[in-house]
Amino acid sequence: MKKYLLTGAALAAFTFSAVAPASAEYMKEHRGGTMRILAHAAAGTVDPHINYTLQYWQIYQSLYDGLIAFQKAGGPEGFTKVPDIAEEFPKPTNDGKTYVFKIRKGIKFSNGQELGVKDVVASFQRIFKVSSPTAGGFYSVIVGADKCIKDPKTCTLEGGVVGDEAASTVTINLTRPDAEIFDKLALPHAAILPADSPTTDVGSVPLPGTGAYMMSAYDPNKGMTLTRNPNFKVWSEAAQPDGYPDVVQYDFGPTEEAQVTAVQNGEADWMFDEAPADRLAEMGTKNKDQVHVTPLTAWWYLPMNNKLAPFDNIKARQAVNFAIDRKALVNLFGGPVLASPVCQVLPPGFPGHVDYCPYTKDPGAKWSAPDMEKAKKLVEESGTKGQKVTIIVEDKTVAKSIGVYLQSVLNELGYVAELKPISPDIQFTYIQNTKNNVQISVTQWYQDYPAASDFLNILFGSGSYTPGSDSSINISGYTNKDLDEKMQKALALGVTDQEAANKIWAEVDKTVTDDSAAAAMFTPKHLDFTSKRLGNFQFNYQFYWMVTQSWVQ
Amino acid sequence: MTALVETRSDISRGPWATAFRRLRHDKVAMAALIFFCLILVSCLSAPLYAKWAGVNPFTSTLDATIMLDGKQTAVMEQSTEGLGLGYNPIGPTWQLGNYFLGADNQGRDVMARLLYGGWTSIIIASGATILTLLFATVLGLAAGFFGGVTDMILSRILDILWAFPVYLLAISLSIVMIAHGIDIGPFTIESGSLWLPVFIIGVIYIPYVARPIRGQVLSLRESEFVLAAISLGVPSHRILFRDILPNVTTTLIVFVPLMMALNMLTESALSFLSIGVQPPDASWGTIIQDGQGLLYSRPWVALAPGIAIVITVLALNVLGDGLRDALDPRSKIKLGRG
Repeated sequence: MKKYLLTGAALAAFTFSAVAPASAEYMKEHRGGTMRILAHAAAGTVDPHINYTLQYWQIYQSLYDGLIAFQKAGGPEGFTKVPDIAEEFPKPTNDGKTYVFKIRKGIKFSNGQELGVKDVVASFQRIFKVSSPTAGGFYSVIVGADKCIKDPKTCTLEGGVVGDEAASTVTINLTRPDAEIFDKLALPHAAILPADSPTTDVGSVPLPGTGAYMMSAYDPNKGMTLTRNPNFKVWSEAAQPDGYPDVVQYDFGPTEEAQVTAVQNGEADWMFDEAPADRLAEMGTKNKDQVHVTPLTAWWYLPMNNKLAPFDNIKARQAVNFAIDRKALVNLFGGPVLASPVCQVLPPGFPGHVDYCPYTKDPGAKWSAPDMEKAKKLVEESGTKGQKVTIIVEDKTVAKSIGVYLQSVLNELGYVAELKPISPDIQFTYIQNTKNNVQISVTQWYQDYPAASDFLNILFGSGSYTPGSDSSINISGYTNKDLDEKMQKALALGVTDQEAANKIWAEVDKTVTDDSAAAAMFTPKHLDFTSKRLGNFQFNYQFYWMVTQSWVQ
Repeated sequence: MTALVETRSDISRGPWATAFRRLRHDKVAMAALIFFCLILVSCLSAPLYAKWAGVNPFTSTLDATIMLDGKQTAVMEQSTEGLGLGYNPIGPTWQLGNYFLGADNQGRDVMARLLYGGWTSIIIASGATILTLLFATVLGLAAGFFGGVTDMILSRILDILWAFPVYLLAISLSIVMIAHGIDIGPFTIESGSLWLPVFIIGVIYIPYVARPIRGQVLSLRESEFVLAAISLGVPSHRILFRDILPNVTTTLIVFVPLMMALNMLTESALSFLSIGVQPPDASWGTIIQDGQGLLYSRPWVALAPGIAIVITVLALNVLGDGLRDALDPRSKIKLGRG
């Protein structure tokens, strides 16, 4: 059985569900041991209300719980939401603006305190008190949030989050119906923490959680240690199952090359960072049983500044869309096994996605080849030929390769292209700020939760365009009032009829694509490289590899 | 141990001819000079090589194919074994004009880029050397000759500049200037221009040359012929240019190859860090950076420019030593057959 589980993610998932014994038996056989995982660097603060990185969100899954959780299951089942600290999904009342959550009893934090209504209420206030990066985005829909955003220190969310100790309920009141509220409540930023947690960023001091594990040590220069939470008892296998290893040792420091070698030699069980391009062929042959490739709901794209020449001209933007050879871009990313070309915003398999590609030799559902002739004609018609264009990329191998390629394409189109690779630490905020007059850049977007709005509304809604700010995630500066209204309509409709809402999202996706608000390149796939001894690899589509659901003995 | 043997004819030739003769007799230095000239000529032939090979080393050619052993072969190869992961450039073919050193991750001919890169590196190193020597000479002459407040101000400025770790200063200046270039009145350098690394590298090494020049001028100023000129009322500028400058010229000449070598290393380091020569231009530093991601599967992309830097710098250093020996009247080089 163990042998089957080591032979690739897809096969493993199928075999596991078809013939696997009960998880209790697995637990008996494989529980224990120390799992060693690696990353080149830490990902900043360990505060779950503040940290906004995949690296730690993945770890938080076995440390913290929210009212709702994404199911701890492999594959697309990971998108399914389940009640976690809440006993069940509440039915919306008050026209979809009120939710009453019944809080489970008997759940304890890792410090021994029992979780109660006051912890839930305080946790929601804390989201604003610590100025969580998504406080103004995801949670601004809660009544009283506007006051909390203005004055975080005195945040009470009065009328927004109301606790009833006697009934053991927490009522959340919204200013408008929000079809995605459960998704947002299932994110680590809405984790329930002890009411007496500091109301400032805790930095490198781990906070107690209710998960199966606790962070017993953390040094951003060395690593973190996860050990079992002595107060944990399983209340929902789907929301927070027990884990296999006794200890997870997460070490920081080794380069990507060193991480690959460590996993190959069995000195580590998994590496967080992307494997270097020159090791892929070797990994795919010598260590093919240790490689797990899984599609992602993510998007690599070229934001083109819709408000700055030459890309304030739709024909110039369309020209870029027609000119780029998406097959070449896929190859620069690592080849067709690791990415698929796309022309539109919503990734395949995502709610609202309908295959659409107008920017190809034979326009239709799928991309086939670039159309350079058409692209050159469009540039001529736009009257932008000969203009200077600067491409801003992260100074990382893949992004820079794409930048160099793009520079060649723009030069061929008749522009005078210049490439500026800048530090990955600042590139993402740099390209957002309109003061930097970025014309075109290379970037990517990975979903927060499985909803079309997380791509379309966030990346192309007028609400995400804030001139002069480092947090203007609508990098293209694409604003379309009609489309904004359509997106609001879809958001409202989603509360009652998600199918109908998804149809509207498909229309929005088509409009954004037709307007060439950006140039889509490809959807990436995720590659996990694990040690030979690691078993039960499961990839959750929402939070990726479920660390503690794999065993090492 | 060899002894200095100077014949009557050597003395009558004058110091420059003697120095040249000494240099000619220094076989190691001459070998280094010839080697450097060969590298220079090879790099100069970069456009001819690219034309002959039918490649454009500045454009992505991901879908290019070449004839190899009678078969059409893709320059970028998708792995077909195992899981089919990876997309690697072709390795060295060892056939001149046909991706001799293989391709980089954009499908570009590494050999053509190596030659263009060498030319860029030499141009930047030469430009920066000229800039350094020019400013260092002016500052060293002024500080050493005029002394007093002038010397105090100039020397302190040089001390402050030299107090910064050279690479740290170069990196800091590059990071600041790489985004916006330089715009000081009529003096403008655009951000992507090759003149930017020339300027940065040229500036950071000014104290390295100016300080010994100043020391030499200080000593010359106290020499009898200068004191005599001053007492005869010869104007300062005339003393500087007619009496002092010719006496520091030999030092400046010795500095040329040494500074070239130093500047070439600095340029490579900056380009490797993405803050020197900007893509798609090539320099040996940028090619090493391109090769860094291919070190495991295509090591020649990084090794070739690395070897080129080592050889060129070695040649320049050996030439510098030879020049110093040739220009130093106390040097012990055996001349003639005697």
